[in-house]
Amino acid sequence: MLRIVLERRAEPSLVMSILSPLLAVCLTLAASAVLFLALGKDPLKAMHAYFVAPLIDPWSLQELIVKATPLVMIGVGLSFCYLSNNWNIGAEGQYVMGGIFGGWAALLFHQSGSPLGVPAVMAMGAAGGMLLALVPAVLKVRLGTNEILTSLMLVYIAELLLDYLVRGPWRDPRALNFPQSVTFDVGIPILVEGSRIHVGAALAVVAAIGGFLVLRGTLKGFEVRVLGQAPRAAAFAGFSPARTTLLVFALSGALAGLAGALEVVGTMNQLRPTISPGYGFAAIIVAFLGRLNPIGVIVAGLLLALSYLGGENAQIMMKIPLNATRVLQGLLLFFVLACDLLILYRIRIRPWSRAGQG
Amino acid sequence: MAEAVDRQSEQGAPGRALLPVVAAAGLVKRFGLLTANDRIDLRVDPGEIHALLGENGAGKSTLVKMLYGLLQPDSGTIQWRGEPVVIDGPAAARRLGIGMVFQHFSLFDSLTVAENVALALDGGESRAALARRLAKVSADYGLALEPDRYVHTLSVGERQRIEIVRCLLQDPRLLILDEPTAVLTPQEADQLFRTLGRLAREGRAILYITHRLDEVRRFCHRATILRHGKVVGVCDPRHETPATLARMMIGADVGSVHDRRADVAAGPVRLAVRDLTSAREDRHGVALRGVSFDVRGGEILAIAGVAGNGQAELFAHISGERASDRNDMVAISGLDAGDKGIGERRKLGAAFVPEERLGHAAAPRLSLSDNAILTGHGISRLMSGWRIDRAAALAVVDAVTQGFDVRKGRRDPEAASLSGGNLQKFVVGREILRDPALLVVSQPTWGVDAGAAAIIRQALVDLARRGSAVLMISQDLDEIFQIADRIAVIHDGRISACHPIAEMSSERLGLLMGGAEQVDAGAR
Repeated sequence: MLRIVLERRAEPSLVMSILSPLLAVCLTLAASAVLFLALGKDPLKAMHAYFVAPLIDPWSLQELIVKATPLVMIGVGLSFCYLSNNWNIGAEGQYVMGGIFGGWAALLFHQSGSPLGVPAVMAMGAAGGMLLALVPAVLKVRLGTNEILTSLMLVYIAELLLDYLVRGPWRDPRALNFPQSVTFDVGIPILVEGSRIHVGAALAVVAAIGGFLVLRGTLKGFEVRVLGQAPRAAAFAGFSPARTTLLVFALSGALAGLAGALEVVGTMNQLRPTISPGYGFAAIIVAFLGRLNPIGVIVAGLLLALSYLGGENAQIMMKIPLNATRVLQGLLLFFVLACDLLILYRIRIRPWSRAGQG
Repeated sequence: MAEAVDRQSEQGAPGRALLPVVAAAGLVKRFGLLTANDRIDLRVDPGEIHALLGENGAGKSTLVKMLYGLLQPDSGTIQWRGEPVVIDGPAAARRLGIGMVFQHFSLFDSLTVAENVALALDGGESRAALARRLAKVSADYGLALEPDRYVHTLSVGERQRIEIVRCLLQDPRLLILDEPTAVLTPQEADQLFRTLGRLAREGRAILYITHRLDEVRRFCHRATILRHGKVVGVCDPRHETPATLARMMIGADVGSVHDRRADVAAGPVRLAVRDLTSAREDRHGVALRGVSFDVRGGEILAIAGVAGNGQAELFAHISGERASDRNDMVAISGLDAGDKGIGERRKLGAAFVPEERLGHAAAPRLSLSDNAILTGHGISRLMSGWRIDRAAALAVVDAVTQGFDVRKGRRDPEAASLSGGNLQKFVVGREILRDPALLVVSQPTWGVDAGAAAIIRQALVDLARRGSAVLMISQDLDEIFQIADRIAVIHDGRISACHPIAEMSSERLGLLMGGAEQVDAGAR
């Protein structure tokens, strides 16, 4: 009889750390083919609709960047959290809170024509996301609560607050009772003439490169990495876990909030009850698929953006439900985490023997 | 030593009609270069409480793990009630009738006592039947347990009772206990011995690992003494004094290893510990009680003691990983540092090497250069402004590699990929190359091969000769006698006076380590 054993590698495999995300993407494609078959759709056509069609249409390519912008921005912040063992699962809420605060700023500057409108939207958005993110961070540091639960639960609070605001105090009286705010006139600068690509795309790239440099070259970045890998060694180095927890939550909250504010004021131009197709959750996949490396996050963000576009495309062209996209994204995260095992372990097939057991 | 050998031959003489429960002959177990057990003979008879006595690292745990099937001997035989057996796993051991209570319990905190017991037994028995048996066993042996209590609400002593009851439900003929009293209060220990006595009177054999001399003398019928993986004596501890037991355990020849050196002029006090007192951090912690000592430049002060007597706590308070209640409890280079963090203490000239290499002294999955930054970021020239100077960090790795003969595959591998000895050379070298005014090192050569140990010890001596103060917390008495100038013993959170090493006999050291200072006075 044969048995499969996992054998720890002496050193993590460099080849595998590059191959593992690719392998995960391949496995996701295979699994999604099965999914499409089960839905009664032609898997090849579905694949084409998902992953090829969006890439051959110039409008879609622009949309790809529009959708990747929040994903990358949030993903960079989450990389810092996850590297330091702080499990911020509530980026979706921080994004929504950033949207609320950014929208608030846009309302305050509505019809003012002030040049301060744009920086105010961005600053308020970042502050909103940061404030919400600091709640689980402070609770974790002071009371030892589990940040996974608290950050996740705050998502619903933020979403319900947004719902209340757009149905209540911030509803546009001329919107024929639709739950939406006025159309903002704080113009977020557009990067590419005639497209919806705004300054946020550039900021996302700046955030990723900045994040990469901080992690690689500074003591703060080093601190984040050590805390995640060996908390006791970090304490021995004199690093404070509490300070780092507050810092990474503040950073990731601010980035998520900024993404939310720019999306609301720059892309949607108004507040509505729903301002996110799940960017905050998809960014978790982005962070891991990008190997918690901010540069990798850019690539992963584009890939996830493609899955959103492809999902819309497949829904229109092949009537594949949009939820299939969520399943796809979930499968991707699952395979990414599973394939990471191969970095530290190799799979061996051995004949069954008693001696090998110990 | 000589007496011990005599007694051993006595023991081997015919006259004992009783068939031993277990008899091991010539057991050898090697781990790499280390021979953990070297031709061990052991015989445990029915109805006897047999002590396995020895220092840390003497090979006691290895021996009982072979008896319980957790390890396989490289050579030698085990006879179970006269029949040769191969014990190829704990399940096989349990089938024979061997039960074992480990030092670290394997209980589920969130389950009840009864559920934990049920989990350990082979199924097929109804809950109600099991509860009845549990109640009977607890009552019969005075092991009070409430079956419905949750384990997390229980004291250490109560948890141990669960483990013992779990073994007893399988009706063992041999019960092995690995340092059972290490975690118990004196009252709990007394209770345990009453139970063990009852078990022995029923004809069960008890094999009992310890290094507490007084317990052995009070409760055990026979003792096998191990040192450096060999049996150095078998005796009836009731006829021994703590002093003779200590001498066998530690070896009378230890002192002669010490190479006396010329008296060094005492330097300034680099580390002053004053009345250091702390509460227990958790159930397994030890409270420090009024610990005071000085370490001067130019000397190595060794703190000897059996593991778990407050060494970890002492290290944490001196390093600053735990803050002290009062600022003046720890002074480094003349400055009160009790409230300072480890980074600030390093800036005062202190360097630290904790006992655990992986995960504490070094981050396992980070490169050696990253691990150089770990303790060097505040004091050496590893930073240029905000940026980490990678080249400087690599230079540290190269310097340590050269100075301490660190063997590794690549220039800058992950810490976890180094062998224990090489990583230890790295974490010691990393600190010594900074030329600290004070080096605090815990178990500097724990689990390290002889070659690496020699390099590390030489480096510690050289550092002291250059005028630095070295505080060495160690359980290795050979090491202490080899390089320390003065010695103090920590026991149960208290520390003895510091003695010049030349005035300390191994016998007296053994007594201090066993916490038998008063007994010592009586025996003399």
